[in-house]
Amino acid sequence: MLAGTVRFARHCLKFFPAQKPACVDFGASRGRAMLTFMASDSEEEVCDERTSLMSAESPTPRSCQEGRQGPEDGENTAQWRSQENEEDGEEDPDRYVCSGVPGRPPGLEEELTLKYGAKHVIMLFVPVTLCMIVVVATIKSVRFYTEKNGQLIYTPFTEDTPSVGQRLLNSVLNTLIMISVIVVMTIFLVVLYKYRCYKFIHGWLIMSSLMLLFLFTYIYLGEVLKTYNVAMDYPTLLLTVWNFGAVGMVCIHWKGPLVLQQAYLIMISALMALVFIKYLPEWSAWVILGAISVYDLVAVLCPKGPLRMLVETAQERNEPIFPALIYSSAMVWTVGMAKLDPSSQGALQLPYDPEMEEDSYDSFGEPSYPEVFEPPLTGYPGEELEEEEERGVKLGLGDFIFYSVLVGKAAATGSGDWNTTLACFVAILIGLCLTLLLLAVFKKALPALPISITFGLIFYFSTDNLVRPFMDTLASHQLYI
Amino acid sequence: MTAAVFFGCAFIAFGPALALYVFTIATEPLRIIFLIAGAFFWLVSLLISSLVWFMARVIIDNKDGPTQKYLLIFGAFVSVYIQEMFRFAYYKLLKKASEGLKSINPVSGLGFGIMSGVFSFVNTLSDSLGPGTVGIHGDSPQFFLYSAFMTLVIILLHVFWGIVFFDGCEKKKWGILLIVLLTHLLVSAQTFISSYYGINLASAFIILVLMGTWAFLAAGGSCRSLKLCLLCQDKNFLLYNQRSR
Repeated sequence: MLAGTVRFARHCLKFFPAQKPACVDFGASRGRAMLTFMASDSEEEVCDERTSLMSAESPTPRSCQEGRQGPEDGENTAQWRSQENEEDGEEDPDRYVCSGVPGRPPGLEEELTLKYGAKHVIMLFVPVTLCMIVVVATIKSVRFYTEKNGQLIYTPFTEDTPSVGQRLLNSVLNTLIMISVIVVMTIFLVVLYKYRCYKFIHGWLIMSSLMLLFLFTYIYLGEVLKTYNVAMDYPTLLLTVWNFGAVGMVCIHWKGPLVLQQAYLIMISALMALVFIKYLPEWSAWVILGAISVYDLVAVLCPKGPLRMLVETAQERNEPIFPALIYSSAMVWTVGMAKLDPSSQGALQLPYDPEMEEDSYDSFGEPSYPEVFEPPLTGYPGEELEEEEERGVKLGLGDFIFYSVLVGKAAATGSGDWNTTLACFVAILIGLCLTLLLLAVFKKALPALPISITFGLIFYFSTDNLVRPFMDTLASHQLYI
Repeated sequence: MTAAVFFGCAFIAFGPALALYVFTIATEPLRIIFLIAGAFFWLVSLLISSLVWFMARVIIDNKDGPTQKYLLIFGAFVSVYIQEMFRFAYYKLLKKASEGLKSINPVSGLGFGIMSGVFSFVNTLSDSLGPGTVGIHGDSPQFFLYSAFMTLVIILLHVFWGIVFFDGCEKKKWGILLIVLLTHLLVSAQTFISSYYGINLASAFIILVLMGTWAFLAAGGSCRSLKLCLLCQDKNFLLYNQRSR
């Protein structure tokens, strides 16, 4: 339970949008339409969240419309006995569409918006694809994750029943229990956050990532070595796991190169997804996926939804989100950094310049936990915004996890068929693309799970039952369509 | 079967598509999205055609024998037709979101092609990694190679069909759409009319070359530009040279 709560905390905290909306500053010198996303919490931006919300445009040169979207919660905290779950929600912190300098032809503006929107979509496609590839590769090669070895305490009903009706009933009951646990945890987290029990939440986050990075990695490594029959002595193992885990903790909770942090987040999402795939019984997994997307939809869009309340509280307090729970694809850090790097002028051409990223961590405000809620740095030089800030997109780890669970389950149970896995993969990517498109259109918080998971489920069941026999029959007669 | 078969067949089938992807699509994020959208459209068309085939099979009550084969042929034809319909829908989508259709021409058919090739070949490929002997019951031992080449032909044909189709839609020449549909049907039909791999492959390649030439011309190429390209005398480069003088 503790771990679960930590997870929740992680996951809820993840949603907190950066206190200041990331307003892209378009100086008069550059007008560029782009989709900007909130990147750093401690940046001081001219377009303050509040002013943006109140007025349609930001002051003076920039005309930013801020669309603050509550984070979507992809949550899912799966609490399970092993704990260490990261809750990941999806968080789409504020998104802003800032139009460039007036005077540009509108068609060009739109085209640039589309282009930059596309760039951000790709910045999400890549990590989601990587996570899915890791999960599918593991499922297909390591037998351990497809063996049934018990169930989580959150899904107590077994599916080894003789009748179909009983099995369905059991899976629905499992789902109800799981979802109610998640709801309770989320509400608990909202309460914790409201009453400012930050230390508690921090402690949880650290504990759960410790478990993920050390225990689950150890188990995973053990199984992979067993599969390939590679011997590794304990000292080497200790060294490897220690290094992996320690660097992971530092990268995720403190500072580190952006690429490394992204890689670690992808790996822990994959590990979590693998655990889910192993311990959730078949039918329960599908029903849980469906129920989680419905919950996501409700929690983010309803006025009294826990996630929405969480976002609003965070917005009121102008507090940062815990970076440990969110995947950030920030390319350049933004203005206002105390150590403004002149070379960041060319930053846009070098998206993953490690130098920049290190600097960005300052502004991301990922200091050690006790400082995390300090007010944003005040020593920023005006808005120099000479450089264009291009922030990346942030996606909650929960979405990674549930996308990978869907694809992994398709790979594990799709009767050894690759077509089903590929179909689910394409469906999820298209769902993500549509979600981002809707986000750009509506400019408010949208849950990322529903569309992708719905497409994924539809494609899984239809490919498994309709397309597979068709393709198999065609292949056996050597017919090409 | 060996790893050599696996890698060889994989690269035969997907090599050109991968090269096309790397050189024309990977640099532009928008094109990657269009590629995935194309793959999605093909997938949906396959889904609908499987549904039609499945329902037809259920209605005709699952008897074995020649009925099944005719049903399959019917299913294949319906599938081709639905694929072309979805290609048209894809054209409409790209038109709406486009920045100028010409610039995304390679994408137009590649999404379809890659998905089609992957769906027909990936299971065969993964079987080739496992143990077994090909052709032990009297079938041709060149099964993997034939499948790989056929997949390659299909992928490239989809690319060319995409280019020609979009060109026809742009110029509102509906006859072109019909020709694309007919050639697609032809390629599909000849895979089951003849059971000799050589003939199948040869005729498919002939159609591929013809379609390739047509697509090249439709995309604005000409003998002259081809010659310039091959002799590394790029027009732009020449103009630049003239200007600099």
